[in-house]
Amino acid sequence: MNGETSVNAAESAMPRSAAAPSRSHLPALEATNVTVRFGDRVVLDVPSLAVSAGEVMAIMGPNGAGKSTLLLCLALLRRPTSGEIRVGGEPIRWGNDLLPTRRRMAVVFQEPLLLDTTVQENVALGLRLRGRKEAEAKESVRFWLERFGIEHLAKRQARTLSGGEAQRTSLARALVLAPETLLLDEPFAALDPPTRASLISDMKEVLRETGTTTLMITHDRDEALALGDRVGVLVAGQLRQVGTPDEVFASPVDAEVAAFVGIETVAGGIVINQEEGVAQVEVGGQIVESVSPIRAGNRVLVCLRPEDATLLKASDREQMTSARNCLRGTVSRVIPLGAQARVVVDCGFPLVALVTRRSAVEMNMAVGQTVRVSFKASAVHLIGH
Amino acid sequence: MFRNFIAAILLVLTLATPLLGCSSPAAPTATPSQKAPSSATSQPATPAANAKPANPQLILATTTSTQDSGLLDVLVPMFEKQTGYDVKTIAVGTGQALAMGERAEADVLLVHAPDSEKKFMQAGHGAERKLVMHNDFIIVGPPADPAKIKGVKTADEALKKIVAAKALFVSRGDNSGTEQLEKKLWKQTGLDPKGQDWYKQTGQGMGATLNVASDKNGYTISDRATYLATKKNHSLDILVEADKALLNIYHVITVNPQKSPKINVAGAKAFEEFMVAPDTQAVVGKFGADKFGQPLFFADAGKQDN
Amino acid sequence: MDLIWQGMGQAFWLVAHGDREIIGVALLTLGVSLSATILSLLVGIPAGAFLALNRFPGRQVIVSVVNTGMGLPPVVVGLFITILLWRNGPLGLMQILYTPTAIVIAQFVIAAPVVIGLTIAAIQQLNPRLRLQILALGASRWQMVALLLREARLPLLAAIMAGFGAVISEVGASMMVGGNILDETRVLTTATVLETSKGNFDVAIALSVLLLFLVFAVNLGLTLIQQRRRPL
Repeated sequence: MNGETSVNAAESAMPRSAAAPSRSHLPALEATNVTVRFGDRVVLDVPSLAVSAGEVMAIMGPNGAGKSTLLLCLALLRRPTSGEIRVGGEPIRWGNDLLPTRRRMAVVFQEPLLLDTTVQENVALGLRLRGRKEAEAKESVRFWLERFGIEHLAKRQARTLSGGEAQRTSLARALVLAPETLLLDEPFAALDPPTRASLISDMKEVLRETGTTTLMITHDRDEALALGDRVGVLVAGQLRQVGTPDEVFASPVDAEVAAFVGIETVAGGIVINQEEGVAQVEVGGQIVESVSPIRAGNRVLVCLRPEDATLLKASDREQMTSARNCLRGTVSRVIPLGAQARVVVDCGFPLVALVTRRSAVEMNMAVGQTVRVSFKASAVHLIGH
Repeated sequence: MFRNFIAAILLVLTLATPLLGCSSPAAPTATPSQKAPSSATSQPATPAANAKPANPQLILATTTSTQDSGLLDVLVPMFEKQTGYDVKTIAVGTGQALAMGERAEADVLLVHAPDSEKKFMQAGHGAERKLVMHNDFIIVGPPADPAKIKGVKTADEALKKIVAAKALFVSRGDNSGTEQLEKKLWKQTGLDPKGQDWYKQTGQGMGATLNVASDKNGYTISDRATYLATKKNHSLDILVEADKALLNIYHVITVNPQKSPKINVAGAKAFEEFMVAPDTQAVVGKFGADKFGQPLFFADAGKQDN
Repeated sequence: MDLIWQGMGQAFWLVAHGDREIIGVALLTLGVSLSATILSLLVGIPAGAFLALNRFPGRQVIVSVVNTGMGLPPVVVGLFITILLWRNGPLGLMQILYTPTAIVIAQFVIAAPVVIGLTIAAIQQLNPRLRLQILALGASRWQMVALLLREARLPLLAAIMAGFGAVISEVGASMMVGGNILDETRVLTTATVLETSKGNFDVAIALSVLLLFLVFAVNLGLTLIQQRRRPL
């Protein structure tokens, strides 16, 4: 009997969970020509950003890119210097009472920012602020405590929680409101790696179940990849690229985006031949082939992820490779990094390859040694000028 | 918990509300010292004025010595009962009492600094000034009496001997009636004690000054009433007394009504009349006798004033 | 030393015996000082919250004035309030000099800066992002202020104790604006001064003990509220 009640309550607390998330393409949250200036300094300049209903948009960017400022504007907690923000299609009129609109959203910050009371009371806070009925609130609170695996902490004082428990409480506190839009400001950044991994996977499931329109900002591209249906890259206040994770990670639009998505080899060259969708690019005196429609004569940037490059011994002629590119070069630097090592090879241009620490030792990798680098033509991304 | 916090505030509020109610002027309660003299006196035959006066608020500015002796704790309730006035007794130094009269911030004064009072009257600040009573000042000091002033006939001579012996003298230094008398006596000796090593000023009331003198084995001038009332706290002996220059004469002064329309003329007049009335004078003349073996004041109303 | 034991004994006897005069003075003291404290809270907490949460030109000056006011000498307050309330003075028409109301006003002036200053400090020690988080959870501005005050309740209770402690222990202002009139404006501190100047040290000590007890009782109550359910 009891169990049944709680199942029913669960459904009522999360009305959209039963049906498959409807990913309509109506924008739930839009920013048009939004700028924020501190004095003469432009910290944010976003001509257009739209988060569709039901999608998870992850905005990535380095520290100081203006991510938090963008989130505060979208959360209606900061008035942009100019531009328009629309929520559910309705333009925001700053200066009017925004409370009803703010109550359709919820925000989770990097710090849990819990109140000095019990976990349960913290999760109930937003419902209390909205004057929800006690009994109704209690059921929803219980559902979300369970959903985030913290029901055993319900009566605990928030200040006694660990970082992970506190952030789970903070997320439950936001989701219990069944917000139309959820805004996440680096919610996993302060957690240790195992806690973070488990919370990210729980969060992914919750967002899939509820179909809540979500905008998350993060400086961590793995988080963006894990959660984002689409990702955006914000650099120096400008939204440089928005697309699916594959698009953005494989085909960055400029060198800075490329660097941010983890492409470490970026070198300028010129397309000398185009044949059946494969471009031959002269770069640093060598020829690199790339799957790209860019025509001969165009100047391009050649991009390659370090994990897509394989290092071979120069002497090992037996070891053949199916990759279309195989360049000779000399090792100019070896940077050990945990279980892996980054090897910078001078092939006429600096090329970064990632090898395991072990193979670095086996190959007796040392500065000045001659090596071969092989990589597929499909791994090479060209950015046209 | 938030609600608990609000509840705590409300609790404090509700706690304080009835207390505030209590803080409105209450009927005078009986004090132990009040019962003794009234039983020794025939109750005044004056019919109690049940009807309150038009303006019942009366401000009496007086000296701390009358309050410290306990006399006003007897006389004021008596007056209030007889007349229906509500007396606010502000006990301050004579200097401040006269200043309050000058600014019309008091209706009637009971003070004991005749020279200042005369100036006050001459300046037109007062309407009437009547002799009420006196007690006397005494020069007190340590029983060892290092300046050998015991038995000296006049205050003048005694002070000169204290100066000669460079014995410690403790003054109130608060511009009270007592200090004004002290200053006058020093002036008569032609000596200026200000700034001397052996001359200390406490800046405090008589009781406190007696204690300082006792503590430091010094001499001081005190009114007899305070000396007797505080005898248990100090070890000072009466060394010089009964000099005419040492009389502490109290006058009641009604403040000149022309100074301000706010002055309670009728009340001031009523208090003045009360102070010199025979029944009141009888109480004054016996006050303290039961406790100290001798009365603290001598009733003087109607006597020749000089 | 004897005097102190004697005084404590007398204090106990006077209270146990239900001495009307002493109990009246004690109740008046409590009533006046609690009223002044509560008034200072009603004004000081909103004012402190406003100063802590808003930025406007002149704010620094106001905060400096408040901080100076936290150390306002009671006699100075007493003197100015007396002059203002004199019947021939600017506020003479109110006719409240030498009444408990006058003492409440003077004590309010003493306590308000203490409460305002400590409220500013209490709110400013909170994480500034907490305001954003509370708003982001759908709080109105008033709800946010109420929640911040609740978050700062421990230092705020300290502010209440400091304000109450400042007014119940002051003597200069009560003496001047109240006049130390028996049954009307005589409070424990002024009664203590009077009994001391009369030389009645035992009674003075009894009054002091009673005053300390009252301060202790009120602070104990507030401390119990403050420290309740804080296991760490």
